[in-house]
Amino acid sequence: MALSSLAGLEESALVTQARQGDTVAFAELVRRYEGKIFRLAQHITQNREDAEDVLQESFMKAYEHLDQFKGDSKFYTWIVRIAVNQALMKLRRRKTDKSVSLDETIDTGEDTVVREIAAWGEDPEQSFSREELGSILDTAIQSLEPLYRSVFVLRDIEELSTEETAEALGLSVPAVKSRLLRARLQLREKLTRFFKRKGDDAFAYM
Amino acid sequence: MLTCKDFLSELSDYLDANIDAELRAKLERHITECPNCWVIADTTRKTIQIYKGMEPCAIPADVESRLMKALEKKMAAKGR
Ligand SMILES: [Zn+2]
Repeated sequence: MALSSLAGLEESALVTQARQGDTVAFAELVRRYEGKIFRLAQHITQNREDAEDVLQESFMKAYEHLDQFKGDSKFYTWIVRIAVNQALMKLRRRKTDKSVSLDETIDTGEDTVVREIAAWGEDPEQSFSREELGSILDTAIQSLEPLYRSVFVLRDIEELSTEETAEALGLSVPAVKSRLLRARLQLREKLTRFFKRKGDDAFAYM
Repeated sequence: MLTCKDFLSELSDYLDANIDAELRAKLERHITECPNCWVIADTTRKTIQIYKGMEPCAIPADVESRLMKALEKKMAAKGR
């Protein structure tokens, strides 16, 4: 089938064709999601080379195991789950990186610390260029612990449900929720430094 | 009465609109009376919005072409 006629096809139709061995249909699925998967891999691994490996490995695995894909979830959710597993494996293998402690529960003892409270202006991001904003957002995400980062990326950037995120990361639903809250609050705190209204001084709280 | 700590522990579900009407009313009452929690809720909501609005940058051309090459190789091997 010609590519142009595939572009408008429903995901499920593409999956059906791909499963029947239509490589062009599979390539169209790849084209649809490669950007998101690459971004997700970069966010979790924080490393471009690793992210590219994850991207390739994920679509290779998907192609290999296409017959195991049950039509009960979306293809996108399925490929995300594969990519997350590949990315987390990469992190675990990078043993020299001491900040990676996926298997431990990171509990600082303080729940939901909030240190800085200052209102933001309207559309605070407007006062930064796209590049500046991108680097502010990336740096903030980078500073999170890997599991917090993964939960935030899946829930708030890739917009998976709590249940899908739990499944992809092998966490319980309550664990996803508590990590999401902390990740959001930590990011909020970091962004406040850039986005707070001028003249509003932060004050200690709680 | 809801404390700030109670409010914070429900914040995620509140922002995701994932709570029942009764709890929502309590939380909303709290933020009308507590400016700190109002600011936290507002700035956390904006934090999420800013990240959600982030457009995925286009995949670099070299990364994509290596991906497609690897897949073609794999497909050819499988199809044989
Ligand atoms: Zn409060």
